[in-house]
Amino acid sequence: MSDATATADGGAVTDGPMPLVVSSRFDVADGHTLDVYRTSGSYPGYSGLAAALERTPDEVRETVVSATLLGRGGAGFPAGVKWGFCPPGVWPRYLVVNGDESEPGTYKDRMLMERDPHQLVEGALIAAYAIGAAQVFLYVRGEMPHAQERIAAALNEAKAAGLVGRNILGTDFSVDVVLHWGAGAYIVGEETALIESLEGNRGMPRLKPPFFPAANGLYMRPTIVNNVESLSNLPWLLHHGVEAFTSVGTETSPGTRLIALSGHVRRPGIYEVPQGTTTFRDLFEDERYGGGIRDGRALKMFIPGGASAPWFFPEQVDLPLEARPVGAAGSMLGSGAVVVMDDTTDAVEACFSLVRFFARESCGKCTPCREGTTWEEKILERIMEGHGRPSDIDLLLDVADNISPGPYPVAADPDHGLDAVPFPPRQTTICPLGPSSVAPITSAIRRFRDEFEARITRRDPIPVAVAVESVGGSGV
Amino acid sequence: MARFNQDNEALARRIVARYPEPKSATIPLCHLSQEQDGWLTEDGMAHVAELVGCTPAEVLGTASFYEMFKLHPVGRYCLNICTNISCRIVGAADLLARAEERLGVRAGGTTADGAVTLEDVECIAACTEAPALQVNYRYVERVDEATLDALIDDLRSGTGRAADFPPHGTLGLVRQELAPEDLANVTPPEDQTVPPWIERHAAAAEGGS
Repeated sequence: MSDATATADGGAVTDGPMPLVVSSRFDVADGHTLDVYRTSGSYPGYSGLAAALERTPDEVRETVVSATLLGRGGAGFPAGVKWGFCPPGVWPRYLVVNGDESEPGTYKDRMLMERDPHQLVEGALIAAYAIGAAQVFLYVRGEMPHAQERIAAALNEAKAAGLVGRNILGTDFSVDVVLHWGAGAYIVGEETALIESLEGNRGMPRLKPPFFPAANGLYMRPTIVNNVESLSNLPWLLHHGVEAFTSVGTETSPGTRLIALSGHVRRPGIYEVPQGTTTFRDLFEDERYGGGIRDGRALKMFIPGGASAPWFFPEQVDLPLEARPVGAAGSMLGSGAVVVMDDTTDAVEACFSLVRFFARESCGKCTPCREGTTWEEKILERIMEGHGRPSDIDLLLDVADNISPGPYPVAADPDHGLDAVPFPPRQTTICPLGPSSVAPITSAIRRFRDEFEARITRRDPIPVAVAVESVGGSGV
Repeated sequence: MARFNQDNEALARRIVARYPEPKSATIPLCHLSQEQDGWLTEDGMAHVAELVGCTPAEVLGTASFYEMFKLHPVGRYCLNICTNISCRIVGAADLLARAEERLGVRAGGTTADGAVTLEDVECIAACTEAPALQVNYRYVERVDEATLDALIDDLRSGTGRAADFPPHGTLGLVRQELAPEDLANVTPPEDQTVPPWIERHAAAAEGGS
């Protein structure tokens, strides 16, 4: 069981001269150990930390700002800018690493934690140095014991080597890195819910404002919550510099991204691709990546950024993997999870599966989400089972509109002359979970309304007994 | 049983010491209790409450939010079949139906022999290896009917692949070694402690300007 998750197709692919920023040790034997980390991959392990410690914390932050390292957790906010939101002079500050990856379709962070845990630890140390956090909490999803083991082992090795704890690399930089693990709740991936969970509570999001983590986070102290992939970029960035980092990708989205490509492609896998210059078509068809739709079938739809992202269709395959154009086209890159569905896919069932997820994972704090997602699931379930009512499609859209009012982000539909509605959606809730449940509904109904209608049978007339044999009594 | 044994209590105290506020250790300690007993008992939660300094009801309040905590006994093996999108579009619903049929329980149920609790779960982050399942949170990937059948037979008889899966409740087999004396900076949040490297650079900046 030592490497139950290692797979033939899980490895990363080099795109010509493109450097592998975060996945360079995915296929290196024992890449998770300290010795191999120091001597393999696209930079020598812990050289980024050494480079950081030679600069001032502000200089490190400026490096990350000028590299435009966009957060890789879903929202895509620039990491260095986020660090700058800590109010000056308020201590202590905390760094929380968000490894609670649970967005359906996503599994890059698990690979980063299992296959290159030292890279994450080093990245977290660099961030802690820059923001002035003396304690780091590394929150790993509960259902990932292998990742927990790899990180625990990495931290144990790093402690023995003087790389975490007191006086790191002989300097006055001392940081405690604590491995913390969750217990199964998607919503805890939302940063304020994660903080609640880390305080030992139910994982319910906090209202922002006033609870912006950078000001009022863990224990009401300034707290930076960064995603695993975002932090895993830092050692490479600090070692090779801003220029090397921004030479990949585009100006607004430099660097690379890990994409988990799943569904009906020949070669599903985790691929590190340059942002902005790779298109969805490349991802699906290129032999280095997906290798085409399975069995030579046709693409019906795809999810470009995890379950929360509105669906795309064949017209959108030439869009680049870049936040801005994808957002303008009505969806988001989110967590880097691309799910491909071919023409055998039942749109109603796909929609149901996604909506049920949000209904199950709603934390219950906000009424529109708690009640709305539950009703969405019930209505879809009865449509699926052939008990749908003719009014159900509009009812679904109405329930959805109460969670996310107004036109919901959706891709253009040229056949029906409908334009795209850009991302993000509006919301009547504290966090985006409820509004996310609307994405599959509006995407599926706008495009495949006929499939829903076909599932909704007229109610059978009430059965009438035609030849009831009298057994005495009233004979009814 | 139920309260922490001596070793686990010592470990629990070491875990509590890592946090500026003890209540933060609630979830890790609930996991430790579940690891000891296979599920999370009332006595276990009461002991967690003592160690983190809150009431047993608060521990229950937290634990009941998270689906990994089982507040009632479960089978030796929790067989969690993913039915979310990437797995469903490659046959997960059929696998779940097959497992229900072969085990004779619906999702959520435990077999009469106490061997297997079957669950249909949401995304377990193995999407490119779909359809996937977990047994006591260890992955089995690219599952087909034959592998599922063989796996179920093994779990029920306790042979073959059953040996690959530690008892329910066990998470990471490697623990972080971090004793209270190793900790450099666990200070109460109210203390306003400025990190030394920040102080040094601030002083240098002032001196230089």
